[in-house]
Amino acid sequence: MTITCGVLPVLEPEDQEHSYEMSDYEGARARWCPGCGDHSILTAVQRLLAAEQLPPEKTMFVSGIGCSSRFPHYLKTYGFHGIHGRALPVATGIKLNRPDLEIFVVMGDGDCTSIGAGHWIHALRYNLDIVVMLLDNGIYGLTKNQTSPTTPQGHPSNTQPHGSWLPSLNPLTTALGVTNASFVAQTAEWIPSHLYATLRAARRHKGLSFVRILQRCPVYSSAVYMKAVQDPNRIAMLRHDDGVVVPELDKVYKNVMSHDLHDLDAARRIAANLDRVHLGVLYANETNPRYEDLRRVAPRTAEERLHLLETELDRYAV
Amino acid sequence: MLTETAGPAGLEAAPPQVLTLREHTVEIVSDSGEGAQRCGQIFGAVSAKMGNGVWTVEIIPAEIQPPPRIPEGASGYRVRVGAGPVTNWGDATNLALAFNEQVLLARHRLNALADDAILLIEDKWATHDDADIRAAWDAAMVELSTKHYRIIPVPMEAECLLLVDNPRKGKNMFALGMLARIYGRDTDRIKDQIAFTFRKKSEAVYASNVALFERGFAWAEHHVDVRIDVPIQPATGPQVVMNGNEAIALGAIASGMELCAMYPITPATSVSHLLSEVFEKFGGIVHQAEDEIAAAGVAIGASYSGKCAFTVTSGPGLALKTEFLGAAIMTEIPLVLVDVQRGGPSTGLPTKVEQSDLLAALFASPGDAPHVVIAPATIEECFHVMITARRIAETFRMVVMVLTDANLATGVTPFARPVPQLGWQSDPLDLSPVPEGTKAYQWDPQTGLSRRIVPGQLHGMHTLTTLSHDEGSKVAYSSGVHQRSSAARSRKLAALSSTLTPPAVYGDASGDLLVVGWGSTKGAIEEAVDRLRAEGRKVSALHLRFLSPMEPGLTAIFARFAKVVTVELNYSDEVGDPFVTEENRRRGQLAFLLRAQTLVDVDCWTRVPGEPLRPGAIVEAIKNRMPKGGAA
Repeated sequence: MTITCGVLPVLEPEDQEHSYEMSDYEGARARWCPGCGDHSILTAVQRLLAAEQLPPEKTMFVSGIGCSSRFPHYLKTYGFHGIHGRALPVATGIKLNRPDLEIFVVMGDGDCTSIGAGHWIHALRYNLDIVVMLLDNGIYGLTKNQTSPTTPQGHPSNTQPHGSWLPSLNPLTTALGVTNASFVAQTAEWIPSHLYATLRAARRHKGLSFVRILQRCPVYSSAVYMKAVQDPNRIAMLRHDDGVVVPELDKVYKNVMSHDLHDLDAARRIAANLDRVHLGVLYANETNPRYEDLRRVAPRTAEERLHLLETELDRYAV
Repeated sequence: MLTETAGPAGLEAAPPQVLTLREHTVEIVSDSGEGAQRCGQIFGAVSAKMGNGVWTVEIIPAEIQPPPRIPEGASGYRVRVGAGPVTNWGDATNLALAFNEQVLLARHRLNALADDAILLIEDKWATHDDADIRAAWDAAMVELSTKHYRIIPVPMEAECLLLVDNPRKGKNMFALGMLARIYGRDTDRIKDQIAFTFRKKSEAVYASNVALFERGFAWAEHHVDVRIDVPIQPATGPQVVMNGNEAIALGAIASGMELCAMYPITPATSVSHLLSEVFEKFGGIVHQAEDEIAAAGVAIGASYSGKCAFTVTSGPGLALKTEFLGAAIMTEIPLVLVDVQRGGPSTGLPTKVEQSDLLAALFASPGDAPHVVIAPATIEECFHVMITARRIAETFRMVVMVLTDANLATGVTPFARPVPQLGWQSDPLDLSPVPEGTKAYQWDPQTGLSRRIVPGQLHGMHTLTTLSHDEGSKVAYSSGVHQRSSAARSRKLAALSSTLTPPAVYGDASGDLLVVGWGSTKGAIEEAVDRLRAEGRKVSALHLRFLSPMEPGLTAIFARFAKVVTVELNYSDEVGDPFVTEENRRRGQLAFLLRAQTLVDVDCWTRVPGEPLRPGAIVEAIKNRMPKGGAA
């Protein structure tokens, strides 16, 4: 069977009833440190892929460089483990060319908010239908303990031993400040059910879903999220029928905040409020234009192209 | 110097003198924004369509919006018209038409004008109300009198004012009319070209421009006593006329590529202008990325997941893309990168031609990063190189860099109309399942080639990594893997090299001196060699297209000449310069490569004048480098 998908004719394999298990998505054994929050995120993602029954051969993980960017190796899908900070341009090229593929981008805080910050801003504006996960541990782990833009002020590292000089960058206010951003959420890897529900909401959103995942690094930045991990009162759960709803968490997380996720101004206020750690969907808007839709062109056969080229050359004919 | 005063309108001048010449170089020069370039473009296009050989060069001001009447503001267009094919811009202008004397001074000071050039100058400045302007005119006339120019004052603005209110718009069409009369251009073709030029404007704009054109034509008929006849030799087959950037864009379409990712940079950008206009109807898109790095990344992502994509840039953009080039080389993703070279380093000379990116192109990435570098030598080759580049990129899973330059990018010349073929285009994307266990890189032990797997193919799942990796794209944890994978990537170049044939020598196969060039200098070098051979000198030329892998057979070719000299548009030290010795001398970039490749003591003559090389300058340089005892 031949279907047309964007600019490319896609040959589908024989129709088959196939049910994917979590194990169908397991790649190499994860080599992160024991206690690293990335393990929890990997599990949530594998669970999501199985629950959504995404064909592994049509699913693609694109990453940059850093601990979290090893992510694609541990999945049995297509993967592109690229260069530092540049996952988003690669993902943009893939999605533009192949809107039929399900694209997940995995970045660390160095990747996304530092060396690749320019791409981050513009990817939010392109609003391609992809899931972008920021695995934010507030430190450079792979290169062994250097300050990142999201390192809390005062937190020491090998490059800023007297503590980070500057107030940390807020990825949520940054993302929500970008024109045409269509989905911004925050979750934490130590609350697996919330993590899973948030990623599911992100995956189902039509447009670029930016999810900041608070992620512990037990080696270099264990203190960063310690208070929020130990004291559920530090956390405020954003609640909206279209957002992340995990009722069983209500017993533990009693600060539940009703929030209209279509209200951009409210989302920005919540994002800027650092008194509590807000988890859930801050903003979602599926009416924003998506770049791959705007740029979709009718495919041409080689013969059609040949004919059109003759016409084009006529313009230059002597 | 002769200064002639044109008779009042209506009075017949003496019968014009007709000069029949093999070639003539004409230029029109004005302040920025007065339309000299448009006039020159139409003149050049019509000359080509009539059957003359043509080579055009843009004269670009040093400033974006320079004040009027300063030499630095000179903006214009130079057209070398020939009875046969014209391969380069030549030595000097024979007839210049200037909207003021200051822009002409700029050309005079650059030695752009032949000693006996005919100069047609707007004369209103000579009698201007402003005493400073009159003084400037007088001073310019004194400066110009150091040569044997023939100056013909023209009341351009006064004539235009009879037809339009604002002569600043439209004076260029009056000028076009004069040139059309002097050179006997086909007025119907010119009107067609005017209509094409103003196709997006109203009928009234067209009519006004045609009226000005006709007035200029009539004025020259009665007041200019020079007629230049460069005989027409209609081409045998169908021809097209375009510049090199247009040829790159159309070649990319012909190759079947469907995505161009770019970021604006001079002089590469106009490739994307044409593509943005027409690419979508071919099923392609131009993505203007947020920066040069992203442009490379988007092209790589598109290439990885489907048909080969390409990116176009110039020097500073190439510098920014280098990390991604390494990534594409490491992951064996096909990619075509066009570098339209300009003067460097850094921001350098953004609008001017240079060939200084060769070594940067070859050694673009840290680490061992084998890839292909090709340099088209003509505008026609700019079209065809894209088809070759795409095919090599996909067949060899390699990065192919195409080096053109500002001379090719903006020069316009006619060439044989390409006959597009289905075989030029890539095959439709194959997304059929692969056998289970298929590896990401099943390197052929002989060629290093491997089959590319594309996302969507069942059983092909793997993670490409820019880390060193084995056949299965597993991260290398042993040194043996890196040695083996490096060899596979390098072997592809050797395999490609084995398919190339030795380049053809222009002139005799042996002699006293061999001039070696690459890129856009081919026409000027071969014209220089023709002149030297006409003087009885045993000089030949060799032009290289493949710089990586280097074309085969060079050592044997060089051995048949007493001396080998490269001629290049880049910087080199001269022996005799302070502190410079044969040992520490920094040589031209091709000379550097050839010495390393062949162990032949290759000399070089290189310049960075910010303009194309003149054949006459090459002739002089080669004479100075002829081996002692060589025939004169």
